[in-house]
Amino acid sequence: MHARYTWRTLTREVTLILVALVFLVPLVGLLNVSLKPQSSQTSALAFEFPPTLDNYVQAWNQASLGAALANSFAITALSVILIVACSAPAAYPLARVTRGWSRYTFYFLIGGLLVPGQLALLPLYATMRDAGLLGSLWSVVLINVGQQMPFSVFLYTMFLRELPPDYEEAALLDGCGPTRSFLTVVFPLLRPVTGTVVILNAVGIWNEFFTPLLYLGGSDNTTAPVAIYGFVSQYVSQWPLIFAGLVISVIPILVVYFALQKHIIKGFAGGLKG
Amino acid sequence: MAAPHVTNTASGAATRDRPLPDTGGRSGRPGREPHRVGVRAPWWFVVPAIAVYLFIVVVPSVNGAFFSFTDWNGLRPDWSFVGLDNFSAVLADRAAQDALVNTLILAAVVTVLQNAAGLLLALGVNTVVKSRYVLRVIFFAPVVLTPLVAGFVWSYLLSPNGAVNDALTGLGLGSLAHDWLGDPDTALYAIAAEIVWQFSGYSMVIYLAGLQAIPREVLEAATIDGAGPWSKFRNVVLPLLNGAVVINVMLCLIGGLKQFDQVMAMTGGGPGTATETTSTVIYKSAFTLGDYPLSIALAVVMTLVIAILAAVQYRLTLRKSH
Repeated sequence: MHARYTWRTLTREVTLILVALVFLVPLVGLLNVSLKPQSSQTSALAFEFPPTLDNYVQAWNQASLGAALANSFAITALSVILIVACSAPAAYPLARVTRGWSRYTFYFLIGGLLVPGQLALLPLYATMRDAGLLGSLWSVVLINVGQQMPFSVFLYTMFLRELPPDYEEAALLDGCGPTRSFLTVVFPLLRPVTGTVVILNAVGIWNEFFTPLLYLGGSDNTTAPVAIYGFVSQYVSQWPLIFAGLVISVIPILVVYFALQKHIIKGFAGGLKG
Repeated sequence: MAAPHVTNTASGAATRDRPLPDTGGRSGRPGREPHRVGVRAPWWFVVPAIAVYLFIVVVPSVNGAFFSFTDWNGLRPDWSFVGLDNFSAVLADRAAQDALVNTLILAAVVTVLQNAAGLLLALGVNTVVKSRYVLRVIFFAPVVLTPLVAGFVWSYLLSPNGAVNDALTGLGLGSLAHDWLGDPDTALYAIAAEIVWQFSGYSMVIYLAGLQAIPREVLEAATIDGAGPWSKFRNVVLPLLNGAVVINVMLCLIGGLKQFDQVMAMTGGGPGTATETTSTVIYKSAFTLGDYPLSIALAVVMTLVIAILAAVQYRLTLRKSH
């Protein structure tokens, strides 16, 4: 470390900490309001004693958040597993085979990054309806897998291109078939990029609102954001109650974030640099 | 400086946390790898991915484009061609016009502000300040927060008696206090502010990765040559950040053009049509108003807008980097 800690660094540090405090205001407000009695009229940032957990009990019961969180979890886990299971193998020939078909297939898949989901919205909705999948978790899982595939394949392919094929060559020489050599040699080497793919997709899918609203809204299979949306419109202006529901719905993702923040920030940066 | 948090190479393999053989730092350009004899990667490994992609993305998108020239209503199997009628309906529809303008303004404002904020934050936490690791975690935290939830929290803070107005009054700026989301002139910008708050951390992380890829020798050489902080930033750092700028601008543009969650949480598109975006109009016209042809034609218009902006950006950055 060459630079020393000077008075200029100190000024910079103080400024940044002040900015960080302002950044935290909405989160502090969210937590603070959720702990106030429902009759409270005080400002979002005024603390009140004693704090109450009544809102949490009531929100948990009235918003059916337990079932919604379980659905969010199931959808996120299934989608992420299927995304990894489809995109990691797909990237293998796309990165290793240099003949024409592989390059065109790669561009074909990457093209999906530019097409907005809205274009496919109505035909896809009609297909899911005709297939009897409306209200089923599988509709949302399938859509997540299809829509996240281009980016995940892209990350895997870019990573694999940097990975020398020496290990697989050795495995093949030792009599390993291509499938076994992928599963036992290549896939474990992909661990860092698999981590990035898992984190990026898990955060995105957990937080997603549009697709579950459309395919699961009104069914018993809603996810946390959809349940919260219905809950908020039902209890308009009972902010302490609403905010308790909001806190419950984001606890899982925030716990994951603070537990894994180092890897998440690294994964986002690495993944997006492509 | 040491950078244990965000490791970085010029390649896609930026997240390695165990030693891997050095590949000589080739850029990950498609189709430039020398073909090595001996590795046989089976082509059918691609089949599951392509199958899901075709079923979920390609076929429905092509159908969507196709049906935009028909009177298909999404329910009946029958339809007939109506030429460009749906597109002239989009251009004549007040809500759709407003939505297109709003979407472009929102995307532009968010792209500029989020990049400026992200770059400033990245420059701030890329120094020797002692709290830099904690600061990175704080600035990034809103990114993982559910956008819908963040939207609800901000709609509360921005309400007439909310914390934003309280803070303005407290600072002696009470005359600026305002019903931010209830006024058609400010509602769209209030939503933009929320989005910038939520996602500057995202831009920060990408800029941070870009900053840490700049070799220290280059900066030291500039210092020895007598460059001040501003000149160093302008002439050395900024050109080397070109890649990060490209990625950030592209992500902001595409994200801004698809904005749905925050709008639904904060205003639902109102007051009037002041904050309708193409996404909210596409959703509402199809699923609450039953105007399928308008919805599908607007989706095609939006696709064209994204394609044109992406092409323009590609051209601009191509010229910049050569």
